[in-house]
Amino acid sequence: MRLVTRNRHVKVYVPLDTSAVAAGADAVAAAFADAGAEVVRNGSHGMSWAEPLIEIDDGGRMAYANVAAADVPDLVAQRGGHPKCIGPTADVPYLARQTRAVFDRAGEDAPLALPKSTVLADCLEQAPEAMIDTIETSGLRGRGGAGFPAHIKWRTVFDTPGEQKYIVCNADEGDSGTFADRLLMEGDPYRLVEGMTIAGLATGATKGYVYLRSEYPIAARIFQAALANAYDAGLLGTDILGSGKAFDLELFIGAGAYICGEETSLLESLEGKRGEIRVKPPVPAIAGLFGQPTLVHNVISYACVPAIMTNGGDWYANLGVGRSTGTMAFQLAGNVRRGGLVEVPFGITINDLVYGYGEDTRSGRPVRTVQIGGPLGAYLKPEEFDTPLTYENMMALGAGIGHGGLVVYDDSVDLAAQARYAFEFCEVESCGKCTPCRLGAVRGKETMDAVIQARGEGRAAEDKLAMIDDLCEVMETASLCQMGGMTPIPVTSAIKRFPEDFRP
Amino acid sequence: MPESDHSRTALTRMIAARHLNRVGGVLQALREVVLEQGHIERADEHVVANVFNLSQAEIRGIVSFYHDLKTSPQPPVTVKVCQAEACQAVGGRAFTERVEAHLGVELGDANERVALEPVYCLGLCAQGPSMMVGQRPVARADQCDLSHEIGT
Ligand SMILES: Cc1cc2nc3c(=O)[nH]c(=O)nc-3n(C[C@H](O)[C@H](O)[C@H](O)COP(=O)(O)O)c2cc1C
Ligand code: SF4
Ligand code: FES
Repeated sequence: MRLVTRNRHVKVYVPLDTSAVAAGADAVAAAFADAGAEVVRNGSHGMSWAEPLIEIDDGGRMAYANVAAADVPDLVAQRGGHPKCIGPTADVPYLARQTRAVFDRAGEDAPLALPKSTVLADCLEQAPEAMIDTIETSGLRGRGGAGFPAHIKWRTVFDTPGEQKYIVCNADEGDSGTFADRLLMEGDPYRLVEGMTIAGLATGATKGYVYLRSEYPIAARIFQAALANAYDAGLLGTDILGSGKAFDLELFIGAGAYICGEETSLLESLEGKRGEIRVKPPVPAIAGLFGQPTLVHNVISYACVPAIMTNGGDWYANLGVGRSTGTMAFQLAGNVRRGGLVEVPFGITINDLVYGYGEDTRSGRPVRTVQIGGPLGAYLKPEEFDTPLTYENMMALGAGIGHGGLVVYDDSVDLAAQARYAFEFCEVESCGKCTPCRLGAVRGKETMDAVIQARGEGRAAEDKLAMIDDLCEVMETASLCQMGGMTPIPVTSAIKRFPEDFRP
Repeated sequence: MPESDHSRTALTRMIAARHLNRVGGVLQALREVVLEQGHIERADEHVVANVFNLSQAEIRGIVSFYHDLKTSPQPPVTVKVCQAEACQAVGGRAFTERVEAHLGVELGDANERVALEPVYCLGLCAQGPSMMVGQRPVARADQCDLSHEIGT
C-alpha cells in the first residue's frame, strides 16, 4: 500500500511537540512513513484533546483526531470517510473560532522551517523610541502573571544607562494548568526569537537569555536547533540581516525549582546561584542580570511583539476589552473534554471557555469549580463563570488571570484537600528566605490536616479555621515575594466559596 | 585513589572547564555532571569549586537548592508522576497510588531499579494524568499499560 494520489506523494503532518509525542505521535509518524507518505513533523495546533492530531494534505489539509499507529492502514484507505476525520483543519470549530495573533503559525509547518517574515527587517530601520511607542499604544501587558504594562519596562531599560543591557525570557512555566510557552517554543520558536530581538533593538540590549525549565526536554531540543538556524540565517549575531546591529541569544536550562519563575530568583539562577528572591527595589529593568538594566518578560509577552509591530499598536489595542488589550492564550486544562490552547481576545467568559470550547467535563459530572491563574490562583464558583475575562474583572473577584491557565474540576473535588495542597506546594517550593512563607506553609498544612481530620470525625474545627485565617493574613502581608504572598489566595478562595467542604 | 575515581573527577573537571566562561556556568556545569554521571559527589563539588574559584560552601548551597541536582546514586530509571492540580482533577492521586503499587515503591522513594518522584506539572495539563519515564513524556497515563510503559 502506497500513499500516492495522482502520482503525487501525499503529505502527512504529524506533530512532534510534547503533547503529541506523549500521546504516541512518533509511532504514528513511523507508520505513515512505512505507508510511503511524506511525513512532516509540524508543531501542534494546540488542540491537545485531539492529539495526536494528524493532517493529510492532498490539495487541502484534512484533520484526524486521536490517531494511533494501528489506525493508519484504515485511515489511508478510507480518508474522509474514516470516523476519526474531523474535517478540514481550518474549519474545525475549536480553531476556526479563535483569533490567533501569537499562535497563527504554530502547527502550520515544521517548527524549524524558517518562516517568511519581514517584521524584523522593518524593525531594524525603526528608531527605538518609535518601537516603544508602538508597544505603549498596543496596551500590551505582561503575560507571565502580574499583567504589568510592558512599555513601562521597555522605556525604563532604554532610559537606564548600562554597559551591557539584557533581554531575559521567562520560560520557566511552572504554573499547573499552563502549557502555552511550551507550545510556542515547540511550534513556532522563531516567533520568540523575533520578539526578543525586536525588544533588544528597542531597548538597546544586545544579549538575551531564555530561561527554560528542565521539565521541557523537547522544547529545549527544538529551541536550541532554532537558535542555530537563526544564526545561520543571519537573524541573530553581530550583523543582523546585514544591518550592522547585534543581538545574541542563548538558551539556559533550569534545574528544577518553581520559585525560579519569579523574576529575581530567575536572575539569581541565571547567574549560577541559588535561586533566592532578591529584595525589590531595585526592579530588574534598572538593576537586573549582573546589576545591569534587564527586560524580563514571559515567552508569550515577547511572542506578541511581532504581530504588534506588523499590524500596529492600534490594531492590537482594538482587540480585547478596556485596559485588557489584545489576545490571551488561555489554556483549558484538568477535567474538561476538550482541553487545549484557546487564543482569543480578552473578554471571553469562563462559560464559553469551559462549555463552548471545552464541552464540559471529561468525567461527565457537573463542573464544581475552576481554578484560574495557576497554583497561586483562586477557585471560582459556576455562578461567576459568566464574567468576561479581563484583568480588572478578575481582580474584582479577588482572582487573577495569571498565565492564562484554567483548571476545571468536577463535583468530586474536595476543596479542603485543594487548600491543603496549596500549603504543601508552598512548602515544597518555597525558597526559604523568609519566615512567613517557610514556616507559614508548614503550619498551614498541619492546621488544614487538623481541619480535615475533625471533619472526618463529624466536628467543625472553627478554631483551626480561624488560625488559618490569621496565618493567611500574615503570609499575605509579610512575605518577601508572591510565593508566600499569594498562597493564601487558593486557600481563602476555597474556604470562602465552598465553606461546606471544611465542615462536616 | 582508585582508577574509576580518577576518571570520574577528570570528566567533572572537563565539564566544569567547558562551562567556566558561560553565564551561569556553575549551575550548568552541575546540571551536566548529573546528566553525565548520574549524581553529584563530594569529589565533584571539590572539582567544580576549584575550577570556578568558589568556596565549597557556595557549591553546597547551590546543589542543595535545586531538585534536579541529585547527591546520591540514582537507579537506571526515574519515573516522575505529576502531582499538580490539573492532573489531580482527573484522578492523579489515584493514578499515583497505582504506580506505587505497580513498582512497589512509594512516591519520593527508590529501589535498585527505579526511582519514583513527584513532579509539579509537565505541561500536559489537558491530557492528564501525566508522567515522564526517563525523558519520555506520557499523556493519559491512566490508560496506559504500566508494564509496557515503565516495566517493573
Ligand atoms: C512564585 C512565582 C512564580 C512565577 N513563575 C513564573 C513563570 O513560571 N513564568 C513567568 O513568565 N512568570 C512567572 N512569575 C512572574 C515573574 O516574576 C515576572 O513577573 C514575569 O516573568 C514578568 O514577565 P511579564 O512582564 O511578561 O509578565 C512568577 C512569579 C512568582 C511570584
Ligand atoms: S515568600 Fe517564600 S519564596 Fe518568596 S522569598 Fe519568602 S520564602 Fe522565598
Ligand atoms: S498539572 Fe499535570 S501536567 Fe500540568
